[in-house]
Amino acid sequence: MPDKTINGVTVSTDDDGFLQDHSPWNKDMAATIAEEEGITLTDAHWKVLDYILADFAEKGAVPGMRRLNKVGGIPTKELYSLFPGGPIKKAAKIAGLPKPASCV
Amino acid sequence: MKNLLILGAGTAGTIMANHLRKKMNRSEWKITIVDKEGDHYYQPGFLFMPFRIYSEADVVKPKRKFVGGGVDYLEADVDRIEADANQVHLKNGNTLAYDVLIVATGTTPVPEETEGMTGPDWRKRVHEFYTFEGAKALANTLDDWQGGRLVMHICEMPIKCPVAPLEFVFLADSWLRERGLRDKTELVYATPLSGAFTKPVASKILSGLLEEKQIEVVNDFNISHVDNEDHKIVSWDEREVPYDLLVTVPTNMGDPMIERSGLGDELNFVPTDKHTLQSKAHENIFVIGDATDAPTSKAGSVAHFEAEVLTENILAFTQGKPLPEKFDGHANCFIESGNEKAFLLDFNYELEPVPGKFPVPGIGPMSLLGESKLNHMGKMAFRWIYWNVLLPGHPIPMVGHRMTLSGKKLPEGVKAPQPLV
Repeated sequence: MPDKTINGVTVSTDDDGFLQDHSPWNKDMAATIAEEEGITLTDAHWKVLDYILADFAEKGAVPGMRRLNKVGGIPTKELYSLFPGGPIKKAAKIAGLPKPASCV
Repeated sequence: MKNLLILGAGTAGTIMANHLRKKMNRSEWKITIVDKEGDHYYQPGFLFMPFRIYSEADVVKPKRKFVGGGVDYLEADVDRIEADANQVHLKNGNTLAYDVLIVATGTTPVPEETEGMTGPDWRKRVHEFYTFEGAKALANTLDDWQGGRLVMHICEMPIKCPVAPLEFVFLADSWLRERGLRDKTELVYATPLSGAFTKPVASKILSGLLEEKQIEVVNDFNISHVDNEDHKIVSWDEREVPYDLLVTVPTNMGDPMIERSGLGDELNFVPTDKHTLQSKAHENIFVIGDATDAPTSKAGSVAHFEAEVLTENILAFTQGKPLPEKFDGHANCFIESGNEKAFLLDFNYELEPVPGKFPVPGIGPMSLLGESKLNHMGKMAFRWIYWNVLLPGHPIPMVGHRMTLSGKKLPEGVKAPQPLV
């Protein structure tokens, strides 16, 4: 697995740049990962990231678009404007969480 | 007399009824199972119906036949659970009181959740194979298939049997070849995930498969709506995938009764302790199978392993003891890959599918994450095992509810999970 240095901290990532271990993650690291994705984090981004982090801690899985929408109160269109391309995937990456996956 | 009530006589509910009737003291406990529908479907068989490998008669039998003596079987529609009063209201106006409740109400595809999905193309050019009616309708459509763009599509996760859409495209590929229609058919796989395979080890091993079979993958595709007029699906970021035949997996949701009872999450799945299978909100409610929000596959093998755990926990709970058993998320699934071959997966909450031999370590005879005719024979033999061993609640030799690391080859970088204590 490739190692990567983010803000002077060496972390282990998967082939797509998702952190293998969440423990070294912090808010500054999130900002750096976001910059690499072409995103400057604002309060609106943090609302999404905080929700995803809290949900992951409780459920052990990255929440889907519907959950962000219905429970987190974040409309799908807004998610796409905050994290263009693949919102859930990008937000999970910035939050230092695993890539959303199926069982195989 | 105390009441143990099971809602749902599908795979999970039926196995639970059969386990508990043998183990509970029936002079103290009355066991009742409630289901609104009389037919039990062998759901893994739905995958084979569109290709006419299985007929309707292969996959359906009466539910009552599989619930043994000592259990009251009640055919009724549940209106809602009133958890604070320990009772269940039926749609016919009757009320059932319970001391312990098992929710085994499963999950159902809900095509209405996606705009346009049940429009004019529904059951004509837009199909699904996760219901008996859907699988039958798709078989009829495929009978007339002469070529074009066949799109396999998943609306959103989680879905029942996450490997089935992959199996469908693999089977479609070999079915089309046999009929001389492969050259006239574009096969497309559209998924909201980042790829058809997303777990790293399986992804590395199986990634060539789609290319080999010339199946185009469209990833990160989150559907916004179905355009029935131009026959295309459109994503939230305005990408378009045209189809001549769309085989979709609609949004999967738990029973609407769960929502009416105020017990569900945003998809009507019940928040459940993933290890003990106890409801997070009520200690005398337990949840099993597809009805839970446990982060493992919604699949029969999972329900079967969960049933072994839940039986021990319910027996302890009824005796006022702490819950002794823990579920590790174990799932064991065959993946049909076409041409009468299949793969086998064995994994749990902590460990992704890895290569190895199963069930006898080092010997097999089945290969994990390896393609073989024997795995395919295992899958086809499973229908008999399902009806005759699994549903009656008999143990399957050598396959326990706890996943074992024996026989597995952990690739470099994959950490062995800590055993559950």
